[in-house]
Amino acid sequence: MNSAQLEIQLIASLVAIACAIPGTFLVLRKMAMISDAISHAILPGIVVGFFITQDLNSPLLILLAALTGIITVVLVEYIQKTGLVKEDTAIGLVFPALFSIGVILIAKNANDVHLDVDAVLLGELAFAPFDRLLFNGIDIGPKSLWVVGLILLVTVSLLILFFKELKLSTFDEGLSASLGFSPAIIHYGLMSVSSVTTVGAFDAVGAILVVALMISPAASAYLLTTDLKKMLGLAISFGVFSAVFGYWVAHWLDASIAGSITTVLGLVFLLVYLFAPTKGIIAVMYRERQQQIEVSLLTFLLHLKNHDELEERHVNHLYEHINWQKVRAKSVLDLAQKNNMIRLDKNIVSLTEKGDQFTSKAIDYIMTNEDAQIEDMKADFFLFRG
Amino acid sequence: MDKIAVKVDDLTVAYNYKPVLWDIDLEIPEGVLMAIVGPNGAGKSTLIKSILGILKPIAGSVSFYGKPYSKQRQLVAYVPQKGSVDWDFPTTALDVVMMGTYGSLGWIKRPGQKEKKSALEALEKVGMLTFKNRQISQLSGGQQQRIFLARALVQNASIYFMDEPFQGVDATTEVAIINILKELRRANKTVIVVHHDLQTVPEYFDWVTFLNVKKIATGPVKDIFNDDNLTKTYGINYKVSIQE
Repeated sequence: MNSAQLEIQLIASLVAIACAIPGTFLVLRKMAMISDAISHAILPGIVVGFFITQDLNSPLLILLAALTGIITVVLVEYIQKTGLVKEDTAIGLVFPALFSIGVILIAKNANDVHLDVDAVLLGELAFAPFDRLLFNGIDIGPKSLWVVGLILLVTVSLLILFFKELKLSTFDEGLSASLGFSPAIIHYGLMSVSSVTTVGAFDAVGAILVVALMISPAASAYLLTTDLKKMLGLAISFGVFSAVFGYWVAHWLDASIAGSITTVLGLVFLLVYLFAPTKGIIAVMYRERQQQIEVSLLTFLLHLKNHDELEERHVNHLYEHINWQKVRAKSVLDLAQKNNMIRLDKNIVSLTEKGDQFTSKAIDYIMTNEDAQIEDMKADFFLFRG
Repeated sequence: MDKIAVKVDDLTVAYNYKPVLWDIDLEIPEGVLMAIVGPNGAGKSTLIKSILGILKPIAGSVSFYGKPYSKQRQLVAYVPQKGSVDWDFPTTALDVVMMGTYGSLGWIKRPGQKEKKSALEALEKVGMLTFKNRQISQLSGGQQQRIFLARALVQNASIYFMDEPFQGVDATTEVAIINILKELRRANKTVIVVHHDLQTVPEYFDWVTFLNVKKIATGPVKDIFNDDNLTKTYGINYKVSIQE
């Protein structure tokens, strides 16, 4: 691995971390699409900034572009507040308009410089190491590394300082307002960080990948944990993993780095979506099936409880009385026997004491919806987990 | 009960220029347990939210013991409607209760052992200590409501606002909540509750405000909770038998 390769992976990883942090809060605030809007709408800000500074890495350019990001958010909210259109429509109205202004500005005035629409959409990480930062004539590394590093430093500091406020206003805006933590300040603070991060990351990885790096790792992490700090940690890990692994995929395939990283991000999400232990699709399907069996079990136990007559409890009649298919009947009987809820005596099924108690408790719970008595049953039965 | 805890003057609130609260004057004496009742869309939640500055009124003012809310935040606790937050948010019961301590901490400062201790005490008071580490989506509706109540309790406020705390809770939780509310009143706290169930008003509360866009009446339950005011508020003939 040569130093240029190392630098590219380092830049990609720092961008991934810088994106995962605001991305986590955007996902929790159900504002994922706003990152898409910002990433496109900052284009006119970048172009105008470039005309003024003639330097793609100038701090002024980054601030101007971030300002366009904020304007996007304000415009979206303003249009939405009129009540004439919904939020997603407002987003769809605002960012193409701003983006196209940027496209026209480039076409009219910036054809001869390194600022074209392809680079804006897809970025070009591969070229990042060529643009060096000189300090007193000494080469101190690629410019984007410094830009992204600085943005990351600011983002992490803000996260540490205002973690409590971010959590509170994301979870409960009303309480946040009533306790004196203005949700508007926190909201625009988050939007500013998202905009600055987007601008800083943009030159390196492009508009589309910025969105993927913000949303995809956070969405994957959301399916895996119920702790905000762990969610942030996981989102960062997924982002960095995808950045590094994506780089090598691009290397092996000789393809676009940005494209490969985004593909890996998508695959990571797919795996999590399928296999996450509690929220994953397979776990959910398993749980639904178990619940179905448990409902049948309860129906069956209740039938036994309500009927003393022997013919109602004879094995041969159970199928027709409860009207089940044989397959399900077998899993239900297995479950009941595993839990010592029934006993079989000369082909007559009856409730054990445990089965009797269980049935009473469960029916009681279903009628009163009071959790207190069934806490111990939650561990063994999905049915009671709400 | 001479002191006025909350005073509302000429409060008018509008959504898109349509008034939802019209010229409300209200004086809530210290130490009362007050229900705000009125039909759907009467502006009950809006009244609480604008008193607390969560919504901006287009006219009027509110004071707490004679001072504006921004100076008296420490005195006031708020329990929003359960449905106002996303219970899938990745956090635990204890953590949600801790949020009640954030107001006294102010910006940047983090909660420490002291805050954790008072959060645990509040959890115990609402009978939820065993659930402290449970993820909030794994709690039942009644348990979630109790978490919200515990979060208000840690604020250790003088005035409590609650938006439909009995909505969708089981009977045990309802009793637990009302007992805590009565305990707060015994400690001379002022408690204001948006309430839906007219039957329980005389049993639970000692003060009531009838609201339907305008204020219809406010005062002690024994004096003003009658068919006349109910009919004025709900617009149809109402008959309730008030148990003496």
